[in-house]
Amino acid sequence: MGKKRKVPGLNSSSTADISFILLIFFLITTSMDTDQGLARTLPRPPEDENQQNEKKVKERNILNIRINKDNYIMIATLTNEDFIKSVKEITEKAKRFIVNAENDPNLPEVVEKDFDLLGRMRVTPDHVISVQTDRGTSYGVYFQVQDALVKAYNEVRNDLAKEKFGCTYEQCTEKQRAAIRKARPMMISEAEPKRYGKAL
Amino acid sequence: MPEMNTSSLPDLIFSILFFFMMVTTMREVTLKVKIDKPQGTQLEKLARKSATSFIYMGKPTSITDGTGTRVQINDKLLSNDEHFSNVVTQYILDEQGKIGDKDKPFFTVSLKVDHETPMGFITDLKQVLRKAYALKIVYSANKMTDQDD
Repeated sequence: MGKKRKVPGLNSSSTADISFILLIFFLITTSMDTDQGLARTLPRPPEDENQQNEKKVKERNILNIRINKDNYIMIATLTNEDFIKSVKEITEKAKRFIVNAENDPNLPEVVEKDFDLLGRMRVTPDHVISVQTDRGTSYGVYFQVQDALVKAYNEVRNDLAKEKFGCTYEQCTEKQRAAIRKARPMMISEAEPKRYGKAL
Repeated sequence: MPEMNTSSLPDLIFSILFFFMMVTTMREVTLKVKIDKPQGTQLEKLARKSATSFIYMGKPTSITDGTGTRVQINDKLLSNDEHFSNVVTQYILDEQGKIGDKDKPFFTVSLKVDHETPMGFITDLKQVLRKAYALKIVYSANKMTDQDD
């Protein structure tokens, strides 16, 4: 019946301005920085306040790292205690401790075990690295120590990956990485705080 | 001179807008404490930002808030009194309630702490987090390039 009515085109020249305003709004209110850091899992709280069932760990299996209130770092194994000057030393010492390649009786117990993909290997499943601080220790130093320990584990895993699979840990497949993680587990204790360092 | 055709300009801007909406996240809070994060070489990227809550610790930026180390949660500075652990526990519960069931096991607390903070404050906070069963934590830090390789 009717003539076809012509719809006038909508004037869209301002859409660009509108979207510009939206764009600027989002640029201001959002941030792009991706958070990075060292991930840790805290132990479960003790069931009973009085009864702290700390697992008994043999002395030779513990690497004690102590930081006092003046930020001096000390590393103690069963037989020797050393003050540390640079964090690089921590990495070296921790690596030696984790692997215990020479089966030193003062370093953690070495057990032969079978692993998927890796075969029979000598590992130190019971070792623990414990970092103790004073209340006055500065967080920066504590963090450097933690970072050095993670570095030690990464290097140990990398060595194992190179030896067994001929690639760096990062390049390995997820299955291979899982096997390596199982053979070289990260055992950094986030133990109960101790009032340590008063005597120093 | 013929006029340039600008009809696709809005589409162009919209695509930039969508790009930014995807890659960015809402700015968390305005900081009331000065945080100079420690530097590390072995850092991992935070996996799920949606399941992460933040706790800030450092010296206040404004003198009216004193000069001692304080903890900031959301936009508030907490006082170091007997209510401290209750406030933190409540915050953790609130934050856990906000995230979806699928993300619940990945709930992480990111500690953004100034590098000069005494460890005592951090151990106290860690004990509170343990009791609240917020066991996954991240020590937030800035990337430092490895010098020896």
